[in-house]
Amino acid sequence: MTIEVRIPTILRPYTDGERAVDGKGDSVAELIENLEADHAGIKERLIEDGRVRRFVNVYVNDEDIRYTGGLDTSLADGDSVVILPAVAGGAPRSDDTAAAAEGGPRRGPEGRLGTAVAGG
Amino acid sequence: MLTIDRATHDAIVEHARRDHPDEACGVVAGPAGSDRPARFVPMLNAAMSPTFYEFDSGDLLKLYRDMDDNDEEPVVIYHSHTATEAYPSRTDISLAQEPGAHYVLVSTRDGAHEKGPVDFRSFRILDGVVSEEEVTLVERYDDDVSQTQKAADR
Repeated sequence: MTIEVRIPTILRPYTDGERAVDGKGDSVAELIENLEADHAGIKERLIEDGRVRRFVNVYVNDEDIRYTGGLDTSLADGDSVVILPAVAGGAPRSDDTAAAAEGGPRRGPEGRLGTAVAGG
Repeated sequence: MLTIDRATHDAIVEHARRDHPDEACGVVAGPAGSDRPARFVPMLNAAMSPTFYEFDSGDLLKLYRDMDDNDEEPVVIYHSHTATEAYPSRTDISLAQEPGAHYVLVSTRDGAHEKGPVDFRSFRILDGVVSEEEVTLVERYDDDVSQTQKAADR
């Protein structure tokens, strides 16, 4: 079985620059395990504490899997999966801008896709 | 450096003023590899908040499908701060996940949503590091205007 998985720019370093890769699995969780086998490190960018990260969106046939069972969402041959980072942000707290300008801690809200340090 | 045409610049400012005191957000797409913000796409702030913005997940998918179909990329990702300066917050920095984009911040604080100049600044955000860049306003893009227009018409 083959499932097309669209890879966002920020994760293409894991796929040798490929915009889409073939995947397989009966569920999104299985698919991600299989992706990890070929593209080591990608799973950690997608999953945290057994769930898809807060600021990562995964769609199966255009449906956000948050509304279709999360990682348990089932997959079949020919399905298409799209991974997209959320586009989000927020206004600073009172001391926030200064800290950022000084190169303060880079760790942000849990759940972002783009950093290996997220998750703590 | 970000080079942007005045009409798009003004559209971003107008969107920020209209949505004040909530944060406004959106994208300016452009032909892949061109670094030219050509197609203004205001987005709904699903958070509808004065201190947070997030594209709706369904809208986000549609946006990326459209850009794929047009062979475009998000050249500019913009949002407003409505009570603070036009500088990326720590949250903005940690959530920036488009390494190729110009992150534009505008501020409508201190009455700027009604009148007077609106701060309009542009940044690169890579691996948690912010670099401000110059913004150059042009009346129109010199070369290949037809391509810009084509992208805008889609």
